[in-house]
Amino acid sequence: MTTAPYQQGPQPQYQQYTSPIPARRAHLGDALASEWTKIRSVRSTMWTLGVMIVLMVGIGLLAAVAVSASDADMQGESVLVLGFYGVLLGSICVVTLGVLTIASEHGTGMIRTTLTACPSRGRVLLAKSIVFFLLTFTVTTVTAALVAVLQAGLVGSGTTTGEEWLRATVGVGLFIAVLGLLALAVGALIRHSAGAITVMIGLMLLPLVAAMFMFSESLVDVRQVLLDYSIPSLLVAFYSDAGITDTGPEGWTSLGILTGVTAVALAGAFYALDRRDV
Amino acid sequence: MVIAPGPDANDLSMGLERMIEAVGLTKRYGAKTAVYNLSFQVRPGTVTGFLGPNGSGKSTTMRMILGLDRPTSGHVTIGGHPFRRLPNAPRQVGALLDAKAVHGGRSARNHLLSLAQLAGIPARRVDEVLGVVGLQDVARKRSSGFSLGMGQRLGIAAALLGDPQVLLFDEPVNGLDPEGILWVRNLMKALAAEGRTVFVSSHLMSEMALTAEHLIVIGRGQLLADMSVKDFISANSADFARVRAPQTEPQQREKLMVALAEAGGQVMSEPDGALRVTGLPLPRISDLAHDAGVRLWELSPHQASLEEAYMRLTQGAVDYRSTDDQRAGLMQQPPMGYAPPPVVIPEVPQQGWYAPPPPGHNPYAAGPGTQPAGPPAAPAPAPAPADLSKSEDAR
Repeated sequence: MTTAPYQQGPQPQYQQYTSPIPARRAHLGDALASEWTKIRSVRSTMWTLGVMIVLMVGIGLLAAVAVSASDADMQGESVLVLGFYGVLLGSICVVTLGVLTIASEHGTGMIRTTLTACPSRGRVLLAKSIVFFLLTFTVTTVTAALVAVLQAGLVGSGTTTGEEWLRATVGVGLFIAVLGLLALAVGALIRHSAGAITVMIGLMLLPLVAAMFMFSESLVDVRQVLLDYSIPSLLVAFYSDAGITDTGPEGWTSLGILTGVTAVALAGAFYALDRRDV
Repeated sequence: MVIAPGPDANDLSMGLERMIEAVGLTKRYGAKTAVYNLSFQVRPGTVTGFLGPNGSGKSTTMRMILGLDRPTSGHVTIGGHPFRRLPNAPRQVGALLDAKAVHGGRSARNHLLSLAQLAGIPARRVDEVLGVVGLQDVARKRSSGFSLGMGQRLGIAAALLGDPQVLLFDEPVNGLDPEGILWVRNLMKALAAEGRTVFVSSHLMSEMALTAEHLIVIGRGQLLADMSVKDFISANSADFARVRAPQTEPQQREKLMVALAEAGGQVMSEPDGALRVTGLPLPRISDLAHDAGVRLWELSPHQASLEEAYMRLTQGAVDYRSTDDQRAGLMQQPPMGYAPPPVVIPEVPQQGWYAPPPPGHNPYAAGPGTQPAGPPAAPAPAPAPADLSKSEDAR
């Protein structure tokens, strides 16, 4: 290496600059405020959640109107199951938002600015996850409750129990928010918006579609597993004790399964974000 | 080396030298080596320029300083700590890496607000820095509509948010208008004058000559020079004499060239017919011309510009990078590009890097023992160039 000339001789002592702005250590609360600012200041949040609300309310009302107009027999099912179709379609919006929350930072290079302002990468991802989870949980639960009340008003609630109400509102809200977290984790791992959204939609739909075409005898067990544990099957368990199949998980069990999968994906995302170059 | 961090490097509130120190920094991307064995220090109180051709590893080094990329080997510290273990990093280090590293859908103010909140900086500081960079009128506009110059200003605002002691700017003047360039230049100097450490990368020597006091030059990811601008000029620029024989008599000109070459001078032709002579003092050139019976229309002293010195220094690195080019084979052979041996043919196209050979041994020349005067020899076994896609020339 070179010996720079300035290194020889006595050094002038520079007055070290100190900022007059009082310094304090940032913490998770700061990161949460920052992520809230970020998520509310882009249009994709309003659009995805807006479309989800429209889908849930629109499809839920259509189903209720159709049932009440035709005087169809609910065959012992709760009226709340009519909300399922809207939620299933709306979940795609939440998945999209979950991916965009992290992948758009990678796509624009914003992640480098973010991680320069906060070198603790785990804190950034944790704050993102918390803000996104709370936002989608609130929106989904409130919308699902609204739709359920409307449907009950149109069709008549029958013998629906309080536990069923809880599952169809808070349960569905939790399930969709956790599904969104899974999308966020996939977005953090893949770091590419379109790729991650494709992966998530494939993950949601492919098992069910594949199972439909498994006619072979030898694949019967595989087919059953796919039918039981595909994401729509897990979701329908919140509405109906029967589910798509008789053998699948019931009620809160499906939330547990999805939470387990999401926890693994998030752990991978934390590890990857911490280790990788951004 | 410079001012070593005190023994109590943890005591960051005291007058500790919070400089940047890189030791043996190496970064490989697969088979490509972007930065190889880079060691340097950046001291406070001055603007330090970080120069190198495109793809020489400047941005990679910047990212490693900020802990965004993990060095393959070696380490870099700020104030004695790696960036990611720096206590309260955003209040100590501010950086502009890429003007377009923002979410285009977010307004300038919300972008800065989210960064301020993340770093625990009061929100009113956002409006302050927006005023400093002159973006207050477009603060609520989406940044996707910003020009590159406005993007640079937004990036500089983000770097200034924490009022930090250490500032890193990667190509800050790209896309700025002349007024903006002048503003950035004065801003850097003012920041350094306050006692901050200012580290600015650029591929424009002319810009750095006006802004920086100290230079760190890299090529192909390796250190080429680490010295003050003044020393850089004297070490790398060569004085030469411009000699003009009567243009009406070409044979006089050739006679003079032969006489000068015999006397040990190095003679190169300029496109307009003048001669660049190095290695001979002006009076001696005059005497030789007189002895040869050649009249002179011009005999004037010149100094190679800083730009030329920089070009010559990084020439090996640049040539190495262009070996994929079709013309690479042609450029390797004769000295100075297409120039045949200078004594034979007088007319040579003037190139940007057309410069006289350096005076004496140049320790900073690319490759061991390679004198730029000779053919730019095949570079020593050196890391492959970093072929990183980047927007340095986005203007």
